[in-house]
Amino acid sequence: MKTSLLEEVTVNLIRTAVTTLPEDVLEALRRAEKEETSGIAKQQLKNILANVAAAERRSLPMCQDTGIPIFFVKGRCIPHLEEGIRQGVARATAEIPLRPNVVHPLTRHNPGNNLGQGMPYLHFEPADLDHTEITVMTKGAGSENMTMLAMLTPSQGLRGIKSFVLETVLRAGGNPCPPTIVGLGIGGSADEALFLSKKALLGRLDRRNKDQELAELEDELKEALNQTGIGPMGLGGRTTVLGVRVEAAYCHTASLPAAITLQCWAARRASARIMKDGSVLYSREGFE
Amino acid sequence: MKLRTPLSEKDVRALKVGDTVEIDGVIVSGRDEVHIRALEYAREGRKLPLDLKGGVLFHAGPIMKEEGSKWKAIAVGPTTSSRMNSMEPEFIERFGIRAIIGKGGMSQPTIDAMSRSGCVYLAFTGGAAIQGAEGIRQVKGVEWLDLGMPEAMWILEVKGFGPLTVAIDAHGNSLYKRVDEEVKANLAQVRNTLGI
Repeated sequence: MKTSLLEEVTVNLIRTAVTTLPEDVLEALRRAEKEETSGIAKQQLKNILANVAAAERRSLPMCQDTGIPIFFVKGRCIPHLEEGIRQGVARATAEIPLRPNVVHPLTRHNPGNNLGQGMPYLHFEPADLDHTEITVMTKGAGSENMTMLAMLTPSQGLRGIKSFVLETVLRAGGNPCPPTIVGLGIGGSADEALFLSKKALLGRLDRRNKDQELAELEDELKEALNQTGIGPMGLGGRTTVLGVRVEAAYCHTASLPAAITLQCWAARRASARIMKDGSVLYSREGFE
Repeated sequence: MKLRTPLSEKDVRALKVGDTVEIDGVIVSGRDEVHIRALEYAREGRKLPLDLKGGVLFHAGPIMKEEGSKWKAIAVGPTTSSRMNSMEPEFIERFGIRAIIGKGGMSQPTIDAMSRSGCVYLAFTGGAAIQGAEGIRQVKGVEWLDLGMPEAMWILEVKGFGPLTVAIDAHGNSLYKRVDEEVKANLAQVRNTLGI
């Protein structure tokens, strides 16, 4: 595989992600705008929808915080994968353009191209497939800064998890740019729970969780969080969350890790499949 | 309602929570690093690159593009204001800021400083960066670009910048506090839905 193809795919994915929203997210925002009764809440959602339309029309980033580039790679291993993605991130930063967000954690030096040690963040999931699937998530800091991990005790159980979700959303208030999508990771180890909470955000909002118990938990949490009244941008209203997505893993008998990653309304993601013959398929909503 | 910079104390004292305003004139971006450096400068008795008296501070880290010798605003929306909570009261009072544009609201010490010195907090829809850029007529200049594009101090000439909601006024009223009280009142129902 030539790195130039990977570079091209990376630029295309980032461009799609930052300039358009997946249809499931857009539909949830449109529905929210219709259902809001308060003038201020409605105005916030109107501004969001008008802004998304203008971004798509002008092929410009809808939000100035184009986030940090996070990649989920699944399937066939291809050579020079990381190199190709890095080249793509640097080109996307100059071309689209993206905001150069990536800095040294201590000196705060900004190299200007969104590249650095460990950045972009790549997650690999090797699988016996004849294609390579790449999903990009451009995650802004406003919502990422609200991320929480709780190492609950088994006795706290589901009740403890629900309280933790509620407390986290209440504490976040208007900071993560609500209406948000709540990604909840349950079980695994501490780091796995955090990873699952982020991976959960890749799921489409218009699909039910395949696990019946988790699907019911998602519905219940969504209903409850929207009763809080935090509303769009924390200015009050009925729509605090667009959805809740849960991923779970088995864990240690003595542990109950739970992690929450909040996603701002600008849930920017895009996927591509690079086939064995070098052809590429794209999907804004993600492959199923 | 239209506001024109520089703002006077009378201009901002007249605003009430819930009002919608648009701004004409000049606004200046400043977030984490601008706050840190500006306060260091003030403590060392050094002058800022420009006088912020009567000014509008925009919590924002824009995407700018250099075209020839000029900068063009590509995407400019608000950043999370609460990160500046610990520095804002001093910033407002030392530099004579009359309005802050941001998102998410600010803490009680900042609300108190706003009441004391006459300053308002204007909420701009988070993520509405194209809408923001459309309100910018030109980038007048940039200072402290060594801090990086998002953290630099951008001087922006704006027309009809907004719509902005007065979310904290200069009399101690805050829309966020009002929402907090409503949220507290809703909690019994929320807990009931969750069975906790």
